[in-house]
Amino acid sequence: MTNKLVLENLKHRPIRTLLVLFAIAIQVNLMLTLVGMSYGMLNDFQRRSRGVGADIIIRAPGTSVLGLSAPSMKEGMVSYVLKQPHIASAMGVTVHSMEGFLNSVTGIDLKLFEQFSGGFVFKQGRPWQGDREIVIDEYYAAQRKLKAGSAVNMLNRDWVVSGVVESGKMSRIFMPIQVLQDLTSNTGKFSQIYVKVDDPKRVEEVVAQLKGLPGLAENPIYSMEAFTSLISIDNAPGLRPFLNVIVGLSVVIGFLVVFLSLYTAVLERTREIGILKSLGATPFFVITLLFRETIALSILGGAMGIGFSYLSQWLIAVLVPASLQMQIVYEWWPISISIAIFASLVGALYPGVKAAKQDAIEALAYE
Amino acid sequence: MNKAPIIEIRELTKTYRVGEVDVQALRGVNLTVGDGEFLAIVGHSGSGKSTLFNILGGLTPATSGTIRLGGEDLLAMSDIERTKLRRGTVGFVFQKYNLLPTLNAHDNISLAEELAGRRHMEEAWFQDVLATLGIAHRLNHKPRAMSGGEQQRVAIARALVNRPKILLADEPTGNLDTENSAAVLGILRGLNKRYGQTILMITHNPEAADFADRKVRMKDGRVLEE
Repeated sequence: MTNKLVLENLKHRPIRTLLVLFAIAIQVNLMLTLVGMSYGMLNDFQRRSRGVGADIIIRAPGTSVLGLSAPSMKEGMVSYVLKQPHIASAMGVTVHSMEGFLNSVTGIDLKLFEQFSGGFVFKQGRPWQGDREIVIDEYYAAQRKLKAGSAVNMLNRDWVVSGVVESGKMSRIFMPIQVLQDLTSNTGKFSQIYVKVDDPKRVEEVVAQLKGLPGLAENPIYSMEAFTSLISIDNAPGLRPFLNVIVGLSVVIGFLVVFLSLYTAVLERTREIGILKSLGATPFFVITLLFRETIALSILGGAMGIGFSYLSQWLIAVLVPASLQMQIVYEWWPISISIAIFASLVGALYPGVKAAKQDAIEALAYE
Repeated sequence: MNKAPIIEIRELTKTYRVGEVDVQALRGVNLTVGDGEFLAIVGHSGSGKSTLFNILGGLTPATSGTIRLGGEDLLAMSDIERTKLRRGTVGFVFQKYNLLPTLNAHDNISLAEELAGRRHMEEAWFQDVLATLGIAHRLNHKPRAMSGGEQQRVAIARALVNRPKILLADEPTGNLDTENSAAVLGILRGLNKRYGQTILMITHNPEAADFADRKVRMKDGRVLEE
């Protein structure tokens, strides 16, 4: 019967109930969307890094796993690496950061790229044939509404999109390496060198060997497996604190919404609380009645929030597929709902105590 | 009065603090109510009737004096013990019915059972009570769909579901028209006669008081026997 009373109380004020549900859903969706975006973008970066097909990556000195510094490795470094034992091939690329998190334009030598990574799969158009042409991936094309033959301004210069390729290798935008190097005043310099070894079993051995070379002493060198495993939230500068702030904010939103809603509900139900007490309800019963209502609202709102997160994912995929990626992180469903329940219970505490302490006689006289 | 007493009140006082002023609501009430008696308490507003009811129902503590309810010392009871008293020993019927608006009649009654941790609603005697009250066919309706008379009958059923020793009725006909008032008073009289239910009823209405076995008047916080 107590559960029925909770349900009937929720049904009694449908607009208020819906508003609270909506607010909790927004709170849960906020968490799920931002966590999903963090995971989605990191996983996309991981996928694109793996897509190159390299065994080892050598980065310019001063770079972190998810951060870039100016291209500083000279072209001669590639031939230096190639001379080392068990190195099958090596390819230097120049990367320049673009708008959005983990997005960049990459300068490559098309012929070398084809040999090293198997080239692009073209969905439209063809490879570039001059210094004013670029190739973009399908997500960037969708987001910017570009296709083969479209004109685009980038790096203060007009370009023509010569082709749209399947996503999954390095960047979303590609251009001739010399052109990018010249445009960014990094002529003859690479950001990173991808390396393939002659025997996949020797990758760790070769990484150790490269790290021991005097010419590469300051360069971060990783096996591709190690590099991609380091692409995580904790290695993205500021991402963990950012997520913590968002979770904190959503706790505050949940607290405020439930606090205000239940505070007004308790005022409105003063007489009902008096009735319950006249029937022998203890203060504990009264407070748990509100807590049950709060938990029910949080669970229902949380379920709505999960539904909303699919809507967010769809919107992101339709509107900004290149800049943002979002995945549904199932592990965060119980976490976000637990956080919503916690915030709501904290919000319900004061109204609950107020209701429990309500004087039965005054409550029964309340009009 | 030749019945064994179920309520014995001696020198009961109650002083409220309103702001910085002490208000003496009860100034030494003495009253004995026999088991199975139907007692009407009449008096003007402010005479202390409702305060006496609230103390008897365990809703507020007294300041001094003694009350023995079914042999138990009410004033020695803790808050929790008085809460338990409201679940089983006394049942309330209010002027404004005080049904929970979100629950239907059946659930209003069931909730009182649940709070007392008992199950009487399906028992034959309670079905008989429902038949006496004439609300068996209205149990699925919410209070807003019922007349005042029907709501008060549901409130009586709710007050009786846990078989309380004492039924406290505070102006039970105060919000009802003449016809419904007569019906509710007839029901209370019938419950008293049929089940030996002890009933204390506050009323302003002399005709209503005539339904009781005995009538006492309260004035200035004291009981005057009539």
